[in-house]
Amino acid sequence: MYSQAKRLSQLALSPVLLALTMLSSGAWASNGQRWETNMTTSVTEVGQKIYDLHMLVFWICVAVGVVVFGFLFYSVFAFRKSKGAKASSFHENTTVEIAWTIVPFLILVVMAWPATTTLIEIYDTDDADIDILVTGYQWKWKYEYILPEGDNISFFSNLLTDKSEIYNTAEKGSNYLLEVDEPMVIPVDKKVRFLITANDVLHAWWVPALAVKKDAIPGFINESWTRAEEIGVYRGQCAELCGRDHGYMPIVVNVVEQGEYDQWLAGKQAEAAEIKELMAQTFSMDELMQRGKGVYTRSCIACHGANGEGGVGKAIAGSPIATGEVAQHIDVMVNGVAGTAMQAFGGQLNDVELAAVVTYTRNAFGNNMGDKVQPIDIYNFKKGQ
Amino acid sequence: MGAHGPAKGLTRWLFTTNHKDIGTMYLWFSFAMFLLGGSFAMIIRAELFQPGLQIVEPEFFNQMTTMHGLVMVFGAIMPAFVGLANWMIPLMIGAPDMALPRMNNWSFWILPPAFALLASTLFMEGGGPNFGWTFYAPLSTTYAPPSVTYFIFGVHIMGLSSIMGAINIIATIVNMRAPGMTYMKMPLFVWTWLITAFLLVAVMPVLAGAVTMMLMDIHFGTSFFSAAGGGDPVLFQHVFWFFGHPEVYIIILPGFGVVSQIIPTFSRKPLFGYDSMVYATASIAFLSFIVWAHHMYTVGMPIAGELFFMYATMLIAVPTAAKVFNWITTMFKGSLTFETPMLFSIAFVFLFTVGGFSGLMLAIAPADFQYHDTYFVVAHFHYTMVAGAIFSMSAAVYYWLPKWTGKMYNETMGKTHFWVSFVGFNLTFFPQHFVGLAGMPRRIPDYNLMFADFNMMSSIGAFIYGASQLLFLFNVVRTITHGEKIDDPKVWDGAHGLEWTVPTPAPYHTFTTPPDVKEVEAHG
Repeated sequence: MYSQAKRLSQLALSPVLLALTMLSSGAWASNGQRWETNMTTSVTEVGQKIYDLHMLVFWICVAVGVVVFGFLFYSVFAFRKSKGAKASSFHENTTVEIAWTIVPFLILVVMAWPATTTLIEIYDTDDADIDILVTGYQWKWKYEYILPEGDNISFFSNLLTDKSEIYNTAEKGSNYLLEVDEPMVIPVDKKVRFLITANDVLHAWWVPALAVKKDAIPGFINESWTRAEEIGVYRGQCAELCGRDHGYMPIVVNVVEQGEYDQWLAGKQAEAAEIKELMAQTFSMDELMQRGKGVYTRSCIACHGANGEGGVGKAIAGSPIATGEVAQHIDVMVNGVAGTAMQAFGGQLNDVELAAVVTYTRNAFGNNMGDKVQPIDIYNFKKGQ
Repeated sequence: MGAHGPAKGLTRWLFTTNHKDIGTMYLWFSFAMFLLGGSFAMIIRAELFQPGLQIVEPEFFNQMTTMHGLVMVFGAIMPAFVGLANWMIPLMIGAPDMALPRMNNWSFWILPPAFALLASTLFMEGGGPNFGWTFYAPLSTTYAPPSVTYFIFGVHIMGLSSIMGAINIIATIVNMRAPGMTYMKMPLFVWTWLITAFLLVAVMPVLAGAVTMMLMDIHFGTSFFSAAGGGDPVLFQHVFWFFGHPEVYIIILPGFGVVSQIIPTFSRKPLFGYDSMVYATASIAFLSFIVWAHHMYTVGMPIAGELFFMYATMLIAVPTAAKVFNWITTMFKGSLTFETPMLFSIAFVFLFTVGGFSGLMLAIAPADFQYHDTYFVVAHFHYTMVAGAIFSMSAAVYYWLPKWTGKMYNETMGKTHFWVSFVGFNLTFFPQHFVGLAGMPRRIPDYNLMFADFNMMSSIGAFIYGASQLLFLFNVVRTITHGEKIDDPKVWDGAHGLEWTVPTPAPYHTFTTPPDVKEVEAHG
């Protein structure tokens, strides 16, 4: 009987004990501020104003709270029947009732003033040095730098954290779920305007340290801006529920010196020029298969499985699409399948990547179709639409 | 008067038009939904106990957050207060029953099928609703699982039930008050419900409109919420929150009414500022119609709209503060005892005010750009919904249970329920302010390690709070089966109002002849 009771109490206490062990052992390393209780401090002037406003309203609430709760606790303690308190019978007093209507109103005016001036500043998106089009996709971000001279450059930014960390088979890194393959890069002390939209459902682009949070709405473009005053890496997340992997589409912004930014931009432009050149080329089967495998691993594997066996998406091994007509296969890749999780990859992958991945899926997982698709085929297909 | 008792067997409950039977059914139904929605919350908190995915996949996690919200709002809180209204409004105004008893029966009996339909979506191909209880388009239209159609039908039925319930309450209060029961003599619970009922009649059709537009978009080729067809996803949010903001006052106003009955009783002193309480409630209801877009500060509104909604929202603090001051001043110079209903009511005043402070912070648009869609918001609305609506509902059950059953609940167990709830609730939701400010978005199944400690704390608190509700259930059932019998009509020595003039337990039929209101003090 005793041992059973002991076992039961251990069982009941186990979550608490577990918690205590974990708290004390520091079971995970992290450079993010653990036990952080307050708003992230910002590296922008506007962000600092928002923080100050937040603290102002907070302290006013604390002050009001001290008075109101003081009154509450005093009344509860001082007028206990058990201490012989006799009830009065008063039940109205117009003067105090008017007073406690006017005083809160005046306090509100004190808050509304700085709130209004800060809001006006946040809404001033004029005179930006750089424009970046941010597009939310299920579940990644696309950044397109709108460059006055030369071609725009654009790229996708995907979650970098490995599945093994998410499913607890590998130790979680300090930037767990807040790391991406390609971060946004912006120069320090420059006004950067974000033009924010979405490709499918709603998303919201949020980087606390840059004090930007704006909804990404399909079919509409929102504006927001930042001027980072400190070099560093700033992390954020999608803030609007956008489906299955809403928790897995982080944002990373590298704020760098102007010189470094120029260099990075030049590198990106060279990359884009290279891809443009590649689009005009004809590839061998081996090259397409090799590139296709890379694209498949990045963009397809999550839904279709490592061996094309399917999962959220249909199986590719032996699929009627991958072993059917080439044109239809390209159509599915470029335009997606309406009403399913199969997205339109036409705008997400370039023509080389599309050609490679179509070729790969027609010739891998036992689909030995033996045919090749070249970038020019994709180009012609898109043009013909 | 041939007073007859209830029919025998199952048909008593199926065909009843008795306000007490219907009230009882509403209360049990809402408690069942409370446990269902609570078990969804337990799954959410179990997954969030540690970073990483341990128990559920993200897809199912999203169904849990969605169903938790829907079941708690539409299944637990709203029907609970309708049940309370059914039981208490006729007793408080000296009416023999509700004005429209047959409609009353129907408005209850369409609820169980509606929620069976909603719950059944969890077993359907593609899963249940996974787009959040706010079901923003196009996630809830173009990108929704096929079960969304059942969800829409379910919402229509719930809305129908609410509208009928509200019409019945308005008809009862306007027409069935006993002679001498003037409007300004009505107990505050009746006042808050009258105003709530008008809110319901005004906004439930708007919700029906929103889901009907979704249905059209999904099945009939319209594009209300799709920019590709000339529509606008933001339109959905405007329509939804035009319903949704008054909805949160629909949830809280009857709770205001409950504590306005209980605090005077256990302070043995009349409610302070009765008139101003009525006017404050009406002002809050009016303001609730012109603040909806404060849920949408980051949606990209023009600055003029943003400022208007910010100022209007801040204004709500004025009548709400007046109510809080009135409750405390009622206790000031009273003669206080701390039975379970009083403990829940004092905690209501304290915790709801905390929720009011975070609400004021959220009203400040520039600061909201950092708070929006984070756990700070989750903490805020649970301080108002749980510590507001659920705590006041618990208080109400303990307060009127002896009148309903003629038996006294176990006070020690009641107080234990209170203290465990109080600790569990604060342990769950207070740390959520911190993780929200530190940058944790809401509705995510997994998070960075920096949020781990407070999340674990929050989960432990949630398990404690959840367990304490089973104690509540046990106490209520034990009262009904083994409770100490009482027959004092007044039950509580400080109580006032017509419901305390009828025998205990309240007979099946009461006030078949109208009482003389001049004899009793109508409100506390």
